[in-house]
Order: sequence, then C-alpha cells, then structure tokens
Amino acid sequence: MSHVQIENVTKRFGGATAVRNLSLDIADGEFFVLLGPTGAGKTTTLRLIAGLEKPNEGTIRIDGEDVSGWSAAERDVALVFQYYSLYPRYTVRQNLEFPLKSRVRNYSRAEIDQRVERAAKTLRITHLLERKTDKLSGGEMQRVSIGRAIVRQPRAFLMDEPLSNLDAKLREALRAELKDLQMSLGATFLFVTHDQIEAMSMGDKIGVLNQGRVVQIGTPQEIYNRPHDTFVAAFVGSPAMNLMPGEIKDGAVSAIAGKVRIGRQDLAAAANNGPITLGIRSEDVRVGDGQPVAAKVHHVENHGVEQIVTLRVDGVLLKATVPATVPMAIEDSVNFGLDPAKIHCFQGSSGVNLTAI
Amino acid sequence: MAEIVLRDIEKFFGDNYVIRKLNLTIAHKEFVVLLGPSGCGKTTTLRAIAGLEEIDRGDVLIDGRAVQTLEAGDRDIAFVFQLFALYPHLTAYENIAFPLRATRGGKAEIDRKVRDVAHSLRIEHLLPRRPSHLSGGDMQRVAIGRALVRRPKALLMDEPIGALDAKLREEMRSELKRLHIENDATTVYVTHDQVEAMSLADRIAIMNEGVLQQVGAPTEVYHHPANLFVAQFIGSPVMNVIPGRVGQEGGKTLVMIGSNGHGTFEFPADLPGRISAANYRQADVTIGIRPEGVLIAREARPGYVPVEAHYIEPLGAYDIVDLKVGDQPLRARTASGFVAKAGSAVWAKLDPAQTHFFNTASGESLNIRLGDL
Repeated sequence: MSHVQIENVTKRFGGATAVRNLSLDIADGEFFVLLGPTGAGKTTTLRLIAGLEKPNEGTIRIDGEDVSGWSAAERDVALVFQYYSLYPRYTVRQNLEFPLKSRVRNYSRAEIDQRVERAAKTLRITHLLERKTDKLSGGEMQRVSIGRAIVRQPRAFLMDEPLSNLDAKLREALRAELKDLQMSLGATFLFVTHDQIEAMSMGDKIGVLNQGRVVQIGTPQEIYNRPHDTFVAAFVGSPAMNLMPGEIKDGAVSAIAGKVRIGRQDLAAAANNGPITLGIRSEDVRVGDGQPVAAKVHHVENHGVEQIVTLRVDGVLLKATVPATVPMAIEDSVNFGLDPAKIHCFQGSSGVNLTAI
Repeated sequence: MAEIVLRDIEKFFGDNYVIRKLNLTIAHKEFVVLLGPSGCGKTTTLRAIAGLEEIDRGDVLIDGRAVQTLEAGDRDIAFVFQLFALYPHLTAYENIAFPLRATRGGKAEIDRKVRDVAHSLRIEHLLPRRPSHLSGGDMQRVAIGRALVRRPKALLMDEPIGALDAKLREEMRSELKRLHIENDATTVYVTHDQVEAMSLADRIAIMNEGVLQQVGAPTEVYHHPANLFVAQFIGSPVMNVIPGRVGQEGGKTLVMIGSNGHGTFEFPADLPGRISAANYRQADVTIGIRPEGVLIAREARPGYVPVEAHYIEPLGAYDIVDLKVGDQPLRARTASGFVAKAGSAVWAKLDPAQTHFFNTASGESLNIRLGDL
C-alpha cells in the first residue's frame, strides 16, 4: 500500500523544537510504533506525516513522492485519535458511510454498502450498524472510529493513542484485534503510544523517541534485549530495568560497594576503567540460598503467576522476578545474584550501552 | 482498634441501585482493597464508611457501634483522595499539622507528631515547602501524612495514587504497604487497578454493578475466582474464556473446544463426576484457563494437539502467543522466543490443574479443581 519516509525533519513551535532532525523509514505493510514519554514529539511526527503540520526542514515521502506540497486530503492517510470523533446523532452505518459520500469520491450506492459491510464485518460491529453512536460503549465507539478509517482504504493508517481511554481488559482485546486487522489488510500502520506494552505487543518495529529525537529503532526484541542507552532501558519493560551506579576496574564490573562483582574482560577497554551504570532486568536477578549477595525483602508485588520482589541492600533497591510459589514476606532475609551474561553496562557520562555495541 | 462491619448496605441514587445488599467485615489492622470497574459502587461504599454518603438501608459498624447516623467528623476516620486536597498557602508542615489544631495538644506535642509521621513517610526535608513546590508524589505523601497524623482508627483511601505516572505509582505502592505494616491502621483502599489490589491487599473485595462478587486473599481470587467476572478482572493477560463441551469416548474423558473437533484434550477421568456433583446438567460448559495454563510444545507429544501460532506478542520477559485452535483463539504464555515465528505449527495442551469450569448461563464457577492427568 505505501512506504513512508521521513528525512531529516525538524519542526519548531515558536522557540521550542518539537522534532529534531528526525528520520524514519516505514516499510510498506509494516506496523510501526512510535514510543516515548509525553512531549517526546510522537504526535507531532504523526501530524507531519498526515499533513496537519508543515515541517521547518526536511522531506516527507509517501511511495517515493515528496508530499511536502500536498494537503492532508491529498495524502490520503486515515487518522484515528484517542478521542473518538463520531457524529453522535448518526447511526454507526451513517458514520461509516460519511467518508465515502464525499463528492470527490463519487462512489455508487452499491459500492458504499459493500465497503461498509466489509469494514463492519472485519471489526465485528455488524450488529451495531443501525445503532446511534451515543448508545455505544467506549470500545465499540473506538471500533467504529477505526471502521471509518478502513472504509476509505487509505494509503496508510496513522493512530494516535487510540486505546488510551479504554479500560485494561478492552485495551488488551483491541490490541490483538488491531494487529489482526493490520495483518489482514496488509496495511502500513503508524501507531503512537506512550505505553511500552502496546509497542512491544503490536509493533513490527518500534521507534523510541525522547525530546524530539529518535533514540533507537528496532524490533521489539532488539529494543528489549539491546537497549541503546539508559533511557530506552528504563522506558521499555515492566518492571523497569534495574539501574545502579557501578564501575569497571581490573576487568570486572562492580556495584553496590563491591558486593556485586562480575568479571567482564571484554568491557574493560570500552569503559576505560571509569564509572558506569549497571543494568539488569528483574527476570535476570536470581534469588535463592546459593546466591552470593545478602539482602532484605523490601516489598512484594503479587502478579498472580509470578511475584516482583524488591530487594534492599545497602540502601540500593532492586527488583527480582520470583515464581509465585516461593514464599516471600517483607523484611525476610534472602540471597541474590545477577546472571553475568545478562548484565548491561552503560557508560557513565553518555548512558550509552557498552554491552549492546 | 477498629473493626469495620458493613451489614446489608443498600444505596440508591434516584432509580440507580448502586450498592446492593453489601456485607463485608474488615478486621482490625486489615488492609482491604475494594476493586472493580468504574461505576461498580466501590467509591460509594468507601464514602458510606467515611460518612460522606448516607446509606438507604443497612448498618455501618465501627468496633461494634453503629455509626451511620454520625457525622463524618465524629467517626475518627481519615480519608485520602486521588486529588491531593492540600492547602496551597500552607507549608507541608502546616498542612500535616492542620488536623491537630483542633485537638488540645501543646505546640511541642504537635511538633513531635508531625515529625514522626514525616519521618515514616521520608518527607522531613519537604516540610518547609508549599504544595506548589512539590511533585505529585510528594503532594500525595503530604496528604497521607495529614491523614495519619491524628492516628485515626481507620484510613480510607480512594485511588490515592491513580493520578500519578506509572513509575511513581510503583514506588508509592511499596511505600503504602510498608507504611501500613508500621502503622497498623485498618485500611480500606479503593482502586480499579488489579495489580495494585494484588500487591497491597490482605484481602480483595471485588465489586461489579453494586454487587460484591468475591472477597478473598490475592492468591485465592487469582487461583479460585468465584465467577467469570472475577476470573477476567484479575490477572493480566486476561484469562482465556472459551465455550467447551465435556464428553467421553473410548474410555477417555475429553474436553472439546472450537468447532470441528480441532481442540480435543484428554482430561482426568473424574471430571464428569465432579461436574454432576456440582449439580451442573448442561453439556456445554465454559472453560477458563490463564495463558500460563496453556502448555506449548514445539514437537508432537502425547496429550498435545496441533494448533497454529497465529501471532506472537513479545513482552520482553516472556511472550504471549495467540493460538488458533480451529477457529477458537487461545492465548498462551511462553518463555521469550520459544515459538520462533508467527505461522509456526505448535502443539498445545490445557493443563487440567489450571483449568476452571463455569456455569455457562450464570457465569458462576463450578469450583472444580483437578489434579494433573
């Protein structure tokens, strides 16, 4: 359907730079997620592609054509927002027909009916077609909004936090549905979110944004297993990766006043024997009697299938994932160790991951 | 000392029946979480305990004394809301000291109490600051300090960390739990977040549409949900709920899901007997199984049936694999990268010990727990 390229785009609002020299390449048929905290420039990027904002610098191409001079309508992309903007007095069917009735499109009645039926079937809202939209639940309304985007068969779908207003269970269900939809349409999706679980579970590729810049682009596995810096490491994954000050000395990584010590000759040169930030994910912290470091249980979070245990040692808190069957109570004494193959070492000043280079 | 008893509580807002015959006993020092979706009646219940909402029928007892006719101020209960209601013109110190002004304590005693509570909340360094110079988390710490400084009989909290960002919420959860352990105040806590409930509560009371669905320890409501509502509200990813049938063939007990017999799994022989013992006569039964109860193999194995891995959600520490059993979607939890790519053929089995059975019509659990096959 379409290949979207953004090349060296900068967008300023007054004195504030929302997007800085940003480049992205979204392949045809790809589900691309822009992930970042509030103010990272995700929504601005999406609006630049849609033609709702004009860049100060740089080029945007759709299928190789420079679309800088094109209006939003000419770009033929569909937008779905967090707040469903449906016509409340219209039925679902009328809402879905609306984008097809534009005079420039000039579709026949049969064509309109067929497109509406197909979209409704895909989104499983056929039974709602004759209902007024103010009688729908939040999840149903968001399905109709998506339906209104699909009927046009646009070149690309741009979605700005479309699931954020829904409750947890519905969000989970719609996540799977959206991914399913994208695969069956074979369409190009650009999906903006601040929720790393949405990014991980739906994205073919994730672009992590911070302060208007792309920090890392990769598959969910790459982003999770080889985060480019401490920002990505802390932002992706729940619980967040444990990060603690440490140093590299004599070919070993040490932290927590030397209680944690892991031989890593390979890093000695890269870190120049200086300070680092040591990172380890909670599932790579081993808790058990044979482990080297003594700690106290500071907090226990029950997640049903597993528990996330916060350990306290010398004023440092770190989280470990422990099977739900292991008894853990606050202030228990336990031992832990870090899986040496799974540690990350981030350079002290830049925060860049030395283990992922 | 504070034991809170709710006895046959009913509440209407106009024609809206928002609390329906609610009975709940909260023991002295207990931390009970009222959990449910928006509109389930949890906040109204909390406000009824606080005396901020009159009830239409029933009794609220605190230490055996009916308090439903007492003013909120006479119940000796402290309240913390989602939105920090601090006085903007007062410092954190003055905000915390405020409830003590009306008491008879001298200046030195008030000072000692404020500093004690600030110490346990680790906000001593913030005491001279005004709320406008505090972060969201610190404002909520001050609000909690103000609630605790009177040493109330009970502490009621309405989504106290709901307005904070995810990271701070996680941090505050652990602080609240530790604070409860130190202070021993009977606590009733309202939230719609099941992770918060699972992590904080001694017992969780789950509500839906004004009706109390189940009360139990976190592990109990997770492993023994009383009905489909609880089963799907607790736990993430959500429990699979699938229409199924139980039958017998060639001396084997079978559970069938999906159409065309694609998903036929062998189950322990005592299952049909257990179902009739539960007084359930229908052939159709609703099967509930959490993603971790769906076992996956990469090669054919006895007891496993071939299924398609439709899609893989890599969540980092583990994957959720969306399977298609014939036309029936089923989600399984696997180690990260266990199924290499979508479209792969894999083999699946429902772990009988982790399978729940529900009455299809009512959604009630049949309370059948099976051993391994």
